[in-house]
Amino acid sequence: MALSHQEIMHIARLARLKLSSDEQAHYGPQLTSILAYVGQLQNAAVEGVKPTHTVSGAINVTRADEATCISGETARETLLSQSAMRGGDFLKVPGVFQD
Amino acid sequence: MEVKNLTVRKIHEGLAKKEFSSVELTDAYLARIKKMNPSLNAFLTVTEDEALKEAQAADETNEARNAPLAGVPAAVKDVIATKGIRTTAGSKILERYTPPYDATVIEKLKKEGYVLLGKTNCDEFAMGGSNENSAFGAVKNPWDLSRVPGGSSGGSAAAVAAGLAPYALGSDTGGSIRQPASLCGVVGLRTTYGSVSRYGLIAMASSLDQIGVFSRTVDDAETVFNVIRGHDPRDATSIGSPPQKGETKRGCEDLKIGIPIEYVGKDWNAEGIEEGVKARVREAIAALEKQGAAVTMISLPHAPYALATYYILAPSEVSSNLARYDGIRYGGIEEIQSSAFVRDKSKRDVPHQSALIEWYEEMRARGLGAEAKRRTMIGTYALSSGYYDAYYKKAQQMRTLLRQDFENAFKEVDLIACPTSPTVAFKIGAKANDPLSMYLADIFTVAVNIAGLPGISLPCGFAPAPDTQQGSLPSKGENKREGVPLPVGLQFIAPAFKESALFSVGKFYQSVTDHHLETPPALSSSSYEVTSS
Repeated sequence: MALSHQEIMHIARLARLKLSSDEQAHYGPQLTSILAYVGQLQNAAVEGVKPTHTVSGAINVTRADEATCISGETARETLLSQSAMRGGDFLKVPGVFQD
Repeated sequence: MEVKNLTVRKIHEGLAKKEFSSVELTDAYLARIKKMNPSLNAFLTVTEDEALKEAQAADETNEARNAPLAGVPAAVKDVIATKGIRTTAGSKILERYTPPYDATVIEKLKKEGYVLLGKTNCDEFAMGGSNENSAFGAVKNPWDLSRVPGGSSGGSAAAVAAGLAPYALGSDTGGSIRQPASLCGVVGLRTTYGSVSRYGLIAMASSLDQIGVFSRTVDDAETVFNVIRGHDPRDATSIGSPPQKGETKRGCEDLKIGIPIEYVGKDWNAEGIEEGVKARVREAIAALEKQGAAVTMISLPHAPYALATYYILAPSEVSSNLARYDGIRYGGIEEIQSSAFVRDKSKRDVPHQSALIEWYEEMRARGLGAEAKRRTMIGTYALSSGYYDAYYKKAQQMRTLLRQDFENAFKEVDLIACPTSPTVAFKIGAKANDPLSMYLADIFTVAVNIAGLPGISLPCGFAPAPDTQQGSLPSKGENKREGVPLPVGLQFIAPAFKESALFSVGKFYQSVTDHHLETPPALSSSSYEVTSS
């Protein structure tokens, strides 16, 4: 069952990916065939089987919630330099309001 | 100084005896990289200055007397964070990223006094079986430059095969160490899930990823593994385990090896495995049988579902792990500087979208490659409302069944053996238009990751590629090189936290064979030339 154009656009939107019309035409059939292949799992007998979420068996590994201080020019500069766009001591981001 | 045949052990002994210095050694490797990397594209970043400084420090402290990796040069796959050194994960979206911290494995290696030669090329975000998905160009197989080295850790595999580093770190989520090791004729170790910290490993699929080792010998892989393993409080999935030491045996009398019938078929008649691969792997297993191993066919009943399970679990976790790449964090992409992105509100599909969302969509479209997009979309679909139960949950249930299959098999046998890859190295571009055929390259490796087990690929001989075959295949026992001889890999799988069993059989196998001593012929001449078709 081929993915419809709407489905592809919906997935792209959820994944925050802009697809050109060429890309839509290109990825659509590929996604359809991959999903068809993995879809064979539908025929597997797994009723009543407990899902495995992690193979290590470790569950809810936590540590104490401790506040640490990151101070100093170097630390600050290191953190700020990770951003794509800076305005001095500020990080620039595109607007979050719908318009 | 000739370095291409050196191993970690030989280097350690040479340094301890002061036969050469780490600086001389590092100089020699750097010169080799300078000469050959333009043709191989194995390294994305060569850390020449840092390497020489580290080598000098190693020579001064002379830790080589005690620490097996002190002063020993290494290459590191570009998915592992190295402080102050560009780390790209093979992706354009990280082209401006310099990690402010070291991965735990790097911290451990630094403590040992290792020398970093550089960061190796890989498929983008470790997704691929050929290293053709890198945003920085494909890696070439040192045995035949028109062919792939395998992936996703193609750069690390090629570097070790070409003698550009005595060992390299890689990562293996679905076979990304074992498969390129097989295609490049080197040892590739995938570790038990949880045995090596993932802190600082750029996450692809968090329940499947593990850092592992490429080397020429199993002995070296064991040495490096014992340095990088260990519980790490910064990785909540890591588990402590004792050091793993392979025994040096005289034979295999008490070794029980099982071959999954679902992989090779009854009497090895499975389609899809090249004849040359079958021949070499069967010869290797026969060699162990001659030394006393008991070889039987075993069953992993759910193995036919492993690939489908993997290609639901991995893309799902990928879609989640790649969500952080928004074009704002991690330095963004180069085009930001030129402000090439201009919003065109008249062309939008969604009215009243925020600039931020449009930014995400645009930056990710430009920064992520095709395979990353494909897997993100598959994963997004599988996890989306209405589909979670049908895909992801089912895959997690199949995961339980696959683990049980292995547990049951290991009640009968000590180790499982099979080909690592169904084929030898294929031509660059051969699978470019068929993602599904690329996924099939992982058919013998993915179940191991799903079950969280350790696995190793060992060089077990050579076979010509079917697409260059002239005349007949070399017959059993004959290792004549006709056509283009390409490496074949033998895979062993052990129970969880039993890397020692892999090391034992591997060291023994390498004591009675010499495939791992072969080096690519094209690189033997002192003036390196491109020779193959």
